[in-house]
Amino acid sequence: MTSLPITLTINGHRHELEVDPRVTLLDLLRERLDLTGTKKGCDRGQCGACTVLVDGKRINSCLALAVSHDGAQVLTIEGVAHGEELHPVQAAFIAHDGFQCGFCTPGQIMSTLGLIAEGQAGDDPERIREGLSGNICRCAAYGGIVEAVLEAQQQLAKADRRTAA
Amino acid sequence: MRDFDYIRPATIPDAIAAAAEPGSAYLAGGTNLLDLMKGGIASPERIVDISRLPELNRIERLDDGGVRIGALVRNADLAYDPEFAKSYPAVAEALLSGASAQLRNAATVGGNLLQRTRCSYFYDTASACNRREPGAGCDALEGENRLHAVLGWSDACIATHPSDFCVPLVALDAVVEIEGKKGRRHVTLEEFHRLPGETPQRENALEPGDLIVAVRLPAEAASFSANARYLKVRERTSYAFAVVSAAAALVVDGGKIRAARLALGGVAAKPWRARSAEAVLLGADANEATFASAADAALADASPSGDNAFKIELARRIVVRALISALSGTPKRLPALPASPFSNIPGVRHDA
Repeated sequence: MTSLPITLTINGHRHELEVDPRVTLLDLLRERLDLTGTKKGCDRGQCGACTVLVDGKRINSCLALAVSHDGAQVLTIEGVAHGEELHPVQAAFIAHDGFQCGFCTPGQIMSTLGLIAEGQAGDDPERIREGLSGNICRCAAYGGIVEAVLEAQQQLAKADRRTAA
Repeated sequence: MRDFDYIRPATIPDAIAAAAEPGSAYLAGGTNLLDLMKGGIASPERIVDISRLPELNRIERLDDGGVRIGALVRNADLAYDPEFAKSYPAVAEALLSGASAQLRNAATVGGNLLQRTRCSYFYDTASACNRREPGAGCDALEGENRLHAVLGWSDACIATHPSDFCVPLVALDAVVEIEGKKGRRHVTLEEFHRLPGETPQRENALEPGDLIVAVRLPAEAASFSANARYLKVRERTSYAFAVVSAAAALVVDGGKIRAARLALGGVAAKPWRARSAEAVLLGADANEATFASAADAALADASPSGDNAFKIELARRIVVRALISALSGTPKRLPALPASPFSNIPGVRHDA
């Protein structure tokens, strides 16, 4: 199969690429574009380590063919901070020990950004746990992760109020 | 993954013409197909990407009071559509009890109907599987089979259909709208999926090239909105397929059941409509004794296909509990754990 031309906007940068149709969005990010923050865990949609936002929605990039997402806006963990300034979700994961080994953390953070944008969980820890059940943490840092999500939401809400005022 | 041709047709007729060629597979959300391709269980020569076909991503209210759900509507978009969730709460609850948030953002309505069994012998290409390779035999029969079918199975295949979404849909008389080489036709969801018999590889009513374009619910489906629930037992709290599940929907007036719908998931190769149980419920007093009789009727023909006799009693209890929870009323907001037996249901004993 010949390569196919696609265009992706990744973390605000436009990329024009020729890709083999078999290449997943995950492998394209990691192997072609050296964006290795997005992790490959199971590669079968079961662990959530590869979570990215595509057109604002969290998906498993291991189960997405890059060609099928021609024209999409992709946000990965590399595009979350503003320069040296961490995003409130990143800062909260550090403050609350929302990880141990850190392998699942980029996926946890991208999934949290999706969860907050969806607006379904609110400040209910049970709804947050359920909303993040697609992200496995083998170190079982779940307690810290839920605390981090709760604090990040509060910080983001405060920032919104400041912006509005 | 084997090499394949990738095409992205612009119209439905172009898609059907391309997919009618041998070795073709449609790609929509890809959440099941890519998994199957990585494992070598599916190896299409041609991928027909339908994810951008126009007009298949809409939820339309029909003049007759029904609803038409486009085949490309994402699971999450359907479950969180306020009007849809209010009218068909058991469908929304089933959707949100399935998979993970990431998968629900990608997986589509049509793809959910067409997802393959999660039988581990089907997934393991070193094992014999009549569904994957007709005539090869079935290693599940003498294998790890505690999660396999207890209704409608055959010696050729004891796999179950994994969908949650399809369970309340079949209870509510959903109809599958299919476009093929000979035009458009409608097949009830109850008839859409097939039991294995001697041909487990024939999983549904689709012919080569056929494309699911929509799923319809008739007007009557919304009449159950005040008393409709989905209940699902899993081996972990979230993000797992059903061991057994049930969708129950009632219309109750003056303590009598005026209309009843019941379907089971995780028990057969298709979403299992329990019509004999509905006959027991219709016109009877709405109480636990009636529900127990209905559960007995629903499982009357069940038999273990292996180490899974427990699923028959489990299914009876899930039916009773789903009916009690339906009777106690659809909650204003879905519980934090949709369809979970760990969610508190008023009026239901915890050991029921």
